[in-house]
Amino acid sequence: MSPHVNVGDTAWMLVATALVLMMTPALGLFYSGLVRSKNTLNTFMMSVGALGVVTVAWAVLGYSLAFHNGNGFIGGLGYAFLHGVGFGPRTGTAIPHLLFMAFEATFCIITAALVSGAVVERMRYGAFLVFMLLWSLLVYAVLAHWVWGGGWLAQHGTLDFAGGVPVEMASGFSAFAAATVVGARKDYGRLALLPHNTVYVLLGAGLLWFGWFGFNGGSGYTAGNVGVLAFVNTLLTPACTLVVWFLLDLVRGGRVTAIGAATAIIVGCVGITPAAGYISPTWAMLLGAIAAVPSYFLIFWRPRTRLDETLDVLAAHGLAGLTGILFIGFFAQTVWNGKSNGLLYGHAGQLGWQAIAAVVGPAYAFAMTYAILRLLGLVMPLRVTEREEAVGMDVVQHGEEAYASGEGAILVTQEAGVDGDRAVRQP
Amino acid sequence: VKLVIGIIRPEKANDVLEALFRADVRGLSISRVQGHGGEFERVETYRGTTVKMELAEKVRFEIAVSDAFVQPTIDALCAGARTGEVGDGKIFVVPLEQAVRIRTGETDHGAVTPIG
Repeated sequence: MSPHVNVGDTAWMLVATALVLMMTPALGLFYSGLVRSKNTLNTFMMSVGALGVVTVAWAVLGYSLAFHNGNGFIGGLGYAFLHGVGFGPRTGTAIPHLLFMAFEATFCIITAALVSGAVVERMRYGAFLVFMLLWSLLVYAVLAHWVWGGGWLAQHGTLDFAGGVPVEMASGFSAFAAATVVGARKDYGRLALLPHNTVYVLLGAGLLWFGWFGFNGGSGYTAGNVGVLAFVNTLLTPACTLVVWFLLDLVRGGRVTAIGAATAIIVGCVGITPAAGYISPTWAMLLGAIAAVPSYFLIFWRPRTRLDETLDVLAAHGLAGLTGILFIGFFAQTVWNGKSNGLLYGHAGQLGWQAIAAVVGPAYAFAMTYAILRLLGLVMPLRVTEREEAVGMDVVQHGEEAYASGEGAILVTQEAGVDGDRAVRQP
Repeated sequence: VKLVIGIIRPEKANDVLEALFRADVRGLSISRVQGHGGEFERVETYRGTTVKMELAEKVRFEIAVSDAFVQPTIDALCAGARTGEVGDGKIFVVPLEQAVRIRTGETDHGAVTPIG
């Protein structure tokens, strides 16, 4: 192993990478519980699709566009096909470059999968796979380059620990754009479209929180101080969001809701994502409490509009990510992060660059996603037909059901040595 | 007094409910059933196992109505459930020997007439 590689850091980052990869099927579980039972598999498969398509795109091109020097806007092609990505340390870290690439890959995968929340129950599976491929290169890689790959926001000192810009705001505002282009489900606003399994939702949220310890805890690329700070903040912030969410639920409806609790966990994890390694544990707790409020009210208000941003990615990720990015501008402390102070500690300029990131990041994500889907819509239909939407995406898109009963199922497969007559319907 | 039984597509159940309420038919029960009509079979594949699904999910409406309401009920079921494709379902109308409203003990016409 290269003498500049730290074995302890590498061990932690191997585990952290696996933790973040687990978040994508966890997201699939979370999302599939929130849809109707006839769309369970399709919703889950959108996340599984990201595991395949986005990983390949990342290795071939995405990693290079995000993390090669290039220019201020986008990285170069120097790392295309992982050229030159080896066992030596990645600049600025003490972990192997190859591992760094894999860790960052898991971020791109889950972020692309997050956007599916806006278009579930009606978008064609093939079209969504093509969309994720383009999106991971044209939106995610570009925004990751801006804040982490030596791009213009990084050069001006914008702080984004684990992805407020490329992950949370990018997925949230891309979801907003995707819902606008793809359009509402045919029954949206007419029928009650209810979550079909709240236990999936809670378990998915719990697994996401578990994975988030790798997501935030690994984003310092070390098992040292900054890793510990980010790890602990990932415990504290979502807990505070949960408690405040409970209170908001109690005040509004008199009861604490399960889906509300699952949502609160996500919102808290998202809120601390950009700030995890930059603010003290005390401020992290305040962030958790504050982040609950705007997301709570957007989730309450959005279904009253014509915007069928089905699983509220904008509220849970876009808005909570924005809250976290801005929060750094006020409460960052050099004594904790060794990098920069926020407004409260005498450095107003930090808030300025956080605010610029909070405007430009979402604007780019929205505009580019809108353009990708508009153009894709010219080449292939984005949605299934109304009739197919009524039957359900699982049967129509995958030829499977999540809850197949088996009654009335006639075997068609011809087994070796068995007469083909087996396939003929019995009277 | 007649019992109207409608077997329809599950995805049209809400449309049928809406049509029935608009026709002032308010006493009904529904259940999920599986059935086979003339519709094309769905083919599903689970790993190496390919199957034809011969039974399709359906929703069964049971509606007891006085004679004057039979035709409006049938009309509402048809209007709500029709897509024009094979598999829209069937309606059966059968005579009803007796109907009793448990709360009041009213029978027949009184039992199937909505209150207020």
